[in-house]
Amino acid sequence: MKKRIAAVVLSLAMAVTALAGCGKSGDAGNAGNAGEQTTGAAAQAGKKSMEVEGDDVTTLIVWTFIELHQDFYVSMADKWNEEHPDQKVKLVLSNMQYDDMHNKLSLALESGEGAPDIVDIELGKFPAFMTGKMGLMELNDTVAPYQDNIVQSRLDIYSKDGKIYGLPTHVGTTVAFYNEKLLSEAGVDYTTIKTWDQFKEAGVKYYEATGKYFACVETSAQWMINLMLAQKGGDYVNADGKLNVNNDVMAEVLEYIKGMQETGAFATVPGGQPDNEEAYPFYNSGEYAVQIMPFWQTSRYVNYMSDTRGQVAIAPVPVWSEADGELATIGGGGTGTAIVASGENAELAAEVMAYIKLSEEANKEVWNVLGFDPVNTAVWTDTALTQNPDNQFVQYFTNYPFDTLLEVEDGIGSLMAFTDEKCPSINNEFCNVTLNSIFEDGMDIREALDQSQKTLENEFR
Amino acid sequence: MKKFFYSKKAAPYVFVCPFVLTVILFWMMPIANGVLLSFQDVLKEQWVGFDNYARLITDTIFLKALGNSFKYMVGTLLLLIPFPMLFASLLNSKQMKYPGFFKSVYFLPALTSVVVAGTIFRLMLGESSLSLFNQVIGFFGIAPIKWLKRAGTTYFSLMMLACWRWTGVNILYFLSGLQSIPTELFEAAAIDGASKWQQFRKISIPLLKPTTVYVLTISIYAGLSMFLESNMLFKGNNSPNNIGLTIVGYLYRQGVEKRALGYACAVGIILLVVVMAVNLVQLKATGALKERRD
Repeated sequence: MKKRIAAVVLSLAMAVTALAGCGKSGDAGNAGNAGEQTTGAAAQAGKKSMEVEGDDVTTLIVWTFIELHQDFYVSMADKWNEEHPDQKVKLVLSNMQYDDMHNKLSLALESGEGAPDIVDIELGKFPAFMTGKMGLMELNDTVAPYQDNIVQSRLDIYSKDGKIYGLPTHVGTTVAFYNEKLLSEAGVDYTTIKTWDQFKEAGVKYYEATGKYFACVETSAQWMINLMLAQKGGDYVNADGKLNVNNDVMAEVLEYIKGMQETGAFATVPGGQPDNEEAYPFYNSGEYAVQIMPFWQTSRYVNYMSDTRGQVAIAPVPVWSEADGELATIGGGGTGTAIVASGENAELAAEVMAYIKLSEEANKEVWNVLGFDPVNTAVWTDTALTQNPDNQFVQYFTNYPFDTLLEVEDGIGSLMAFTDEKCPSINNEFCNVTLNSIFEDGMDIREALDQSQKTLENEFR
Repeated sequence: MKKFFYSKKAAPYVFVCPFVLTVILFWMMPIANGVLLSFQDVLKEQWVGFDNYARLITDTIFLKALGNSFKYMVGTLLLLIPFPMLFASLLNSKQMKYPGFFKSVYFLPALTSVVVAGTIFRLMLGESSLSLFNQVIGFFGIAPIKWLKRAGTTYFSLMMLACWRWTGVNILYFLSGLQSIPTELFEAAAIDGASKWQQFRKISIPLLKPTTVYVLTISIYAGLSMFLESNMLFKGNNSPNNIGLTIVGYLYRQGVEKRALGYACAVGIILLVVVMAVNLVQLKATGALKERRD
């Protein structure tokens, strides 16, 4: 009898652990790479297959690392099938965890077996797939019909030598998310913040009034750092593409952020950046009031920070000086959808995906479903769409998100490093070593940068 | 045919054949292939001679990973051999109450998956003041610690995870070793007035030597090739300042994440050499390589 009970208990324990294994939330893995990441429910592994009637339907395998994209692709593919009854497609979609998916893709391309037809590749990982033997298909001809309305810099980041290899999802305009309610209670008016100095001052004022943090200092991402760097005209590489992370502009930017941290109003956040499952609760509960993030953070607000609904305003990011004509902002993060060149139906896949991602219809859905800023800027002025009172994103924020986007529309820049094949390694070094050394361990900025430059040089020699 | 199988000359070869084939197919060939790849840049399909190895020597991250793995191995050896041995002796003692219960409890962690356990440990070790560990130290008036951002606390966390998980397994090895020691020896010693501690030191430890050498050998390998624990604790292969990076983690990073398979193979070969060297020294020192005299 005793033994039987023990056996039951043991098998129960095993069943529980086995189930727990299945339910493991596939989150973004390293929160570090400069890209759009997902957490928790959004990224849970899942396979999905479309139901398409009729003969002569082409099946296309799709890999994603953000589950939301699956629904979007399916709904757009349905529209494609309606409009192209003779070229029907059936998407079979697999969603995998961020790191896993990219690693799997790399192995599949390397070995020449098991690659999908269509794959979402995150911006920070993209350059790694544009080196060596090219496994991705050139998309210039497919993109051509849509090119006029698309923000060029968002095509450039997925291009090499003038050839486009990825279809962009959004612009990822970096904007400032201010918790208007908390700020006004502390007597801070976010609309008066125009420069980084004012941003810092407002932070100090807020901190003195409430004892709570104004914004975070990033250690596992570079959203604000890249923005400040681009505004100052800096980069991670030289004009000739040579590695140069320990340059003066970089040091100045980090020095400035260090100064912010020293006021006490800015601090590192658990998880190391705002887009992280450990960080969401801190913003949700008002421990931190402000985020400098790409526009797609809207979807994280709606999904993971529901307590601040109706409190958050979206505004243009601060600049160094209003007079010097610097970049207003940059595009941050992104997913480039690529077509595997060796796929049997690569041509059709490219055409379908261009429709799914670049057509005007698609760009409207990008906002409606995903809450991202579409790459087709013609959509931005369609107020019926952008100010639709039924839209959950319009409902969440205190002002119209696109008002801010239109303000900065002409000044959205990028960094050269984004398209450099060294980018994944640079991001990796910064998010793991450099920023942690500086903002967590208090290492001298020059010393930390020199050390990282040396580490990276050794990797690329 | 029958003659062939009954032949005294052929039969032994037939019997060892599956083993030899497995070793050749799944051990020798991959290693040989790995050695060859370690002299190439796989992505560019070029032979690069000793370039990969030259880069390894100056690669501070690799050296850090090597150091981390070594520290981890030493820690597990210091904690996961003496204590399980002691616990096994206690469990083996007649005075012990409910030995079956304790055996199961110690062994239970080994049944859980590292993936689940690592994830739960990560949550317990969160840096917010609400995480379990910070609540515990908060009870003693200590401010919250960023457990997984400092080298020392990370080492502590990894050790804790290792002990939690492997103590039971090692206890099992030592128990089976202890049970093969004839009880007469302990009885005779007891009659001669030896205390329990003396019995443990003079009888259990020496007679457990074959078990200890075995556990030592596999622990050295397991320690140096640890990957999953740190991978789960840090939710991926990246940790602040690489405090959780191990040799295998670095191999994975280079080979899979950065697609530098040739370089990764060089890392793998170094790991092989290091494990072999440490174990050969250890086996030599413990006399396990000597021919048995009996």
